Amino acid sequence: MDNVRVIGGALDPWAELQRYQARGLAEHAGVGATAVFVGSMRDLNEGDAVTAMTLEHYPGMTEKHLAAIIEEAGRRWDLIDCLIVHRVGEILPTDPIVLTAAWSAHRKDAFEACRFLMEELKSRAPFWKKETLADGGERWVEKNTPGY
Amino acid sequence: MSLTVRFFASLRERLERDEVVLAPGDAATVGEAWACATGGEAMPANVLAAVNQDYAAPDQPLKDGDEVAFFPPVTGG
Repeated sequence: MDNVRVIGGALDPWAELQRYQARGLAEHAGVGATAVFVGSMRDLNEGDAVTAMTLEHYPGMTEKHLAAIIEEAGRRWDLIDCLIVHRVGEILPTDPIVLTAAWSAHRKDAFEACRFLMEELKSRAPFWKKETLADGGERWVEKNTPGY
Repeated sequence: MSLTVRFFASLRERLERDEVVLAPGDAATVGEAWACATGGEAMPANVLAAVNQDYAAPDQPLKDGDEVAFFPPVTGG
């Protein structure tokens, strides 16, 4: 499956979308709605300046759970396609970290599924963030902020 | 055959180990694998466990060849 990608280098979400859509989606006349979420790195977390971040994952389990999240979205909404791309490794402020996208006939399904992909990823896909602070110290992010 | 126990993220750093191989008879459940691989440390309430890359409860039984993983709450996205 190439609708789930975990990549170690730079993530260009717009190029990823273009590349993914080029294989049939762009010409799919049933698509009436495309919903896209892009998450990128802030330079501030919990009141502290953050200069860099390292993202770790569990190779195999991460991809398996991202694929399961897409499958679940497909059961809950009327979707034509979905895409999740997540970056791991060293990340700097402003770098895109994650892309979720959902294609559907109608905006309700696309919006809701795109949101679902992101919130489920946040709550159950095994990724972990370690921050480097402006003073040179490091700390693991202990939990994600609620999305709803 | 054997059981492989893996640790990730802050847990790996704190315990100073990323992988421990146990003999099949060492641990019958996920919780026992934790105890055996950490030298008897109590499992913190927020630690998550997986068996063969699916989430698992501490009382889940193990079989020979299983890969058990322990990690802190996930923080991706």
